[in-house]
Formats: sequence, structure tokens, C-alpha cells
Amino acid sequence: MALTREDVKKVALLSRLELTEDEIDTQIGPLNDLLKQFEALQQLDVTGVEPTSHSIPVVNVLREDVVKPSLTRDEVLANAPESREGCFVVPRVIAD
Amino acid sequence: MSELIHLSALDLRDKIANGAVSAREAVTASLQRIEAVESRVRAFITVTGEQALAQADKIDAMRSAGETLPPLAGVPVALKDNMCTRGVLTTAGSKILHNFIPPYNGTVVSRLVESGAISVGKTNLDEFAMGSSTENSGFHTTANPYDLSRVPGGSSGGSAAAVAALETPLALGSDTGGSIRQPASLCGVVGLKPTYGRVSRYGLIAYASSLDQIGPFGRTVKDCALLLNAISGHDPMDSTSTDVPVPDFAATCGESIKGMKIGIPTEYFGAGVSAEVAAAVRTAIAQLTALGAEAEECSLPSTEYALASYYIIAPAECSSNLARFDGVKYGLRSSELAGHIGLTEKSRDEGFGREVKQRIMIGTYTLSAGYYDAYYKRAQQVRTLIRKDFERAFEKYDLLVTPTAPGPAFKVGEKADPLEMKLADICTIPVNMAGLPAISVPCGMVDGLPVGLQIIGKAYDECTLFRLAHAYEQSTGWHKNSPVL
Repeated sequence: MALTREDVKKVALLSRLELTEDEIDTQIGPLNDLLKQFEALQQLDVTGVEPTSHSIPVVNVLREDVVKPSLTRDEVLANAPESREGCFVVPRVIAD
Repeated sequence: MSELIHLSALDLRDKIANGAVSAREAVTASLQRIEAVESRVRAFITVTGEQALAQADKIDAMRSAGETLPPLAGVPVALKDNMCTRGVLTTAGSKILHNFIPPYNGTVVSRLVESGAISVGKTNLDEFAMGSSTENSGFHTTANPYDLSRVPGGSSGGSAAAVAALETPLALGSDTGGSIRQPASLCGVVGLKPTYGRVSRYGLIAYASSLDQIGPFGRTVKDCALLLNAISGHDPMDSTSTDVPVPDFAATCGESIKGMKIGIPTEYFGAGVSAEVAAAVRTAIAQLTALGAEAEECSLPSTEYALASYYIIAPAECSSNLARFDGVKYGLRSSELAGHIGLTEKSRDEGFGREVKQRIMIGTYTLSAGYYDAYYKRAQQVRTLIRKDFERAFEKYDLLVTPTAPGPAFKVGEKADPLEMKLADICTIPVNMAGLPAISVPCGMVDGLPVGLQIIGKAYDECTLFRLAHAYEQSTGWHKNSPVL
């Protein structure tokens, strides 16, 4: 079940990574090596085994909805590549 | 002042508390050592000298005013650069965060400030903690202080190297599949991964959330215990941090280990583990029995499937966690104009390194429609088998003892094959899968390079771990080794 170049392109798109053609060449080998490693798991019989998502029992934690101090807008925007009038600036998403 | 850098955190703390040494002198000694060796070791991404000295002066003023000093007052510490520090550059070793200045402190950072410890800087790591050598850092590769042509291990290689090179007596790292213990082993220092949930991760830049845990580095077991005490405990800001009592870990160091039952899982001495490392660990086990512990061989049969299931689970979680880097809210934004989605794609392509992209893609693939059951769900089922292996072993034993890493430090560039690099974590990964605490303690030298002994404990039973580790350390003296720099 090896990945083709087209598969890698599709996964890159889903991952929001614009890979160059060279990068696809360097990534495809290691990706397929990993998938080959995963085949070992297919030999195991896991019928009836419960999946573990966390090693310790984790349950939803609820609290009262109380207003508490938080970061100021200026602090939040300080790291933005571009901001204006208290907002993050992004490229236009709706055409004229 | 140079003799101060050789002191343990405990001794330094005591000297500051009784006035023999000022906090300023302690911090100055650390900064001078950094100045002297950093061009060769390159453990740090950012050094915060001025800020550290200002904090030291506050501690000295407290002492002059007769105030009670907190438990780590004046002790220099280094922080892995994936822990958010208010007003101080925090990169996670990635170009995508080359300019990120967090507006808040992570909980461990706040707790260190409360404990009086003084951060002197942020240490290098494999990008987003993905790697075993620091070679995946977006900035530079850290050198192993014992042999500058070799890696310090990773991903917390900067923290391990800083402690080994006497730049700081203490450091914090994070461990997802071995990222504290493996570099501790390769650099000849002590490193502990606490039980999952023991330490808050609020402000830790996430890699794989069901596995990540923050823990201490030190040159002695007791120093690690002191540092763990300072950072442990429930935090309302991290709902996966557990609300359980935090014992005095340091106080358990020194208790007898007579009659302690130790299991030796045979799978950890098999293929891939070097004969020299296995021999060093066997010698250490003989030493433990000489100290009164009872050791016998046992089996953890699912061990061989741990690596494959880890490399499904961790990348799946990483692909989700790293979706937040979009070139909009913080970090790198591509200068190429390409519309909204294009901007995100180009920023991520420019900002992430090869290994990170690989893990994001494999994670995205295994979670995508039609593959979920075959990969992710199955890996989680295998995780259950691994967890049950440990549960069964701990019905019979107090602790398990294994090598920490399959070999000593390797050469920079030696493991160019990503798959081969991943084998560096075969002895540490199963522990994360089960959420257990484990420590690496120096247990010998192979060709002039340090080797570590891994001790694995029951969940929330770090105390027993510290007891055995401390007894072993004090009876051997490997921790007194220091690299020549």
C-alpha cells in the first residue's frame, strides 16, 4: 500500500503544506518506510481490545463560568504578522 | 567563583540560604560558564543574562531583609525552548516561531519563579521536540559535552548538554517518547519523566498531548527530586494535570532499598541494544542486588510493537496540534502573496522543517477517511496491550530496570536515515505509551561516552523511583564524572 506522488500531494494539501517537487521526492521515501513499519501491527490480534486514548483516566472537567482577567487585545495582537484596528489582517477571502 | 558551577543545586541553595554565596554570585558564575563554553556546546537558543541578574538581586534583597527564602532561591536553571516565557523569545526550535514572544508564562515557569529558581536562558531542541539529536533544530545542532563531534541526544538535548557542561545545575525538558531520558543518558546526567498528569503543561508548546510530560534534569538524583517538587501539582489551567498529593520527593532519597523487587524485562536487552550498553546495565543490576534489592528477569511481550504504534499516535496528535500555525495569529508569515489558503500553505512550508512536515503528513494520512481503523484505532488498541504488560509486571515488582538508550552518543550526521534515528527511542517510548514515571541515571562509560540506566516506576510512585536511583547513584559515583571542556 505504498504512497504515490499523487497521494503525497493530496496529503500535503490536507496538511496545508505546499511542498515543492523536490520536497515530494525527499518525503515520499521516509513516508513509505514508516507505513511499512506500521504493517507489523496488522499481524496482532486486537479483537475485543479497548483502545487507550490516555494512559490515565481523563474525564471532562467542568467549572463555573466566571469572568476572570485575561490577556489584553494588544498583548494578543503583539505577535500577529499583520494587524489593524484591533484585528488580525488576512488576505482577502471574498472576491469582488 | 568558578568552583560554584560544580556545586549541586542542593548545595548551592544551602550556601545562598546561609549567606555564604549571594544569588548574584551564583548567577554570575553560571553566565560566565555559558560565556566560556557556549561557542563549542551551543546548548542555548537564547541567554537571558540581564533578566537573570535582576532576579538574583531580588533574592539577595529578600535575604538582606530577613525574609524566608523559597526552596530553590538563587539556583540557576535552563528551560527548554518549548516552554512559554513571558517577554522572552520562545521558538520550539522552529523557524515558524522565530519571532514569537509569549505574552504569558507557562505554569512550570511561574512555579519556578515562585520557587526562587532563576532562568538563565532557553535551550535548543529538535523542532517541536520531534527528534533524538537536536539535529532537527531550525537553528543549530547542540554538541555533546563529552565529545563535541557527537550529538547530545534529543529532543531536550540543549537542556541535557547545559547541565552536563556545568552551565546550570538544573534544567527542564519535555518527554514525549524519551526526550528527557535519552539525552540525559547520552550526556551523563540524571533526567526524569514524571507520571503523565504530575506536572502541568499549560504553556508547553504541544507535540503529542496524550504523551507529552515536563520533567527535570540535574547532575544528581536529589537535585531532580527538588526540581520536581517545585513544578508538580494540579493546575486549573491544565485539566489533564491530576489532583493528587505531591509528596516530598527529595526526602525519600536516602531511604533503604533492601527487599525492593526489581523486574528486568528481557525485551529491552534484545536486538538493537549494543552489547556494551547491555553489559553496563547488567553491572548496575548486580550493584542494585548488592545493595539489597531482589532482581529477576521478566517479560513485556508487546514491547516490539511500541515503536510502530507510537509513530502512528504521536504524529496523529501532532498533525492536529500543529494546525494552529497558520501565518495569521503569530509566527512566520510567507511574504508571497497567495490568497488565504495559499498564505497558510506557504507559511507552513517555509516555517516547518523536513521531519516536522513528515510527521504532520503521516498523522494526517492515518487519520484520514478510510484509514482511521487500520492505523489510529489499532495503534490505540496496541497501546492498551503495552499498558497491560506494565500493569501485570507491577503486580509483582516495585520497579523495572532497563537501558535508557540502545547506544551511547552517536556522531553528528551519523543517523541520516529518519527510521534509524527513531530507533534511538526504543527503550523509552513504551513508558510514555503507559504514562509511567521513569528516570535515567548515569551507570557507566563506553569508549569515554556516558551510558544511562532507566528505572521505570508505577504511576504516581516517583518516590520509589527516587529511592532506588539515589541509592544506586551514591554507591557508584558515576554522577561525579564531568566532561573536559
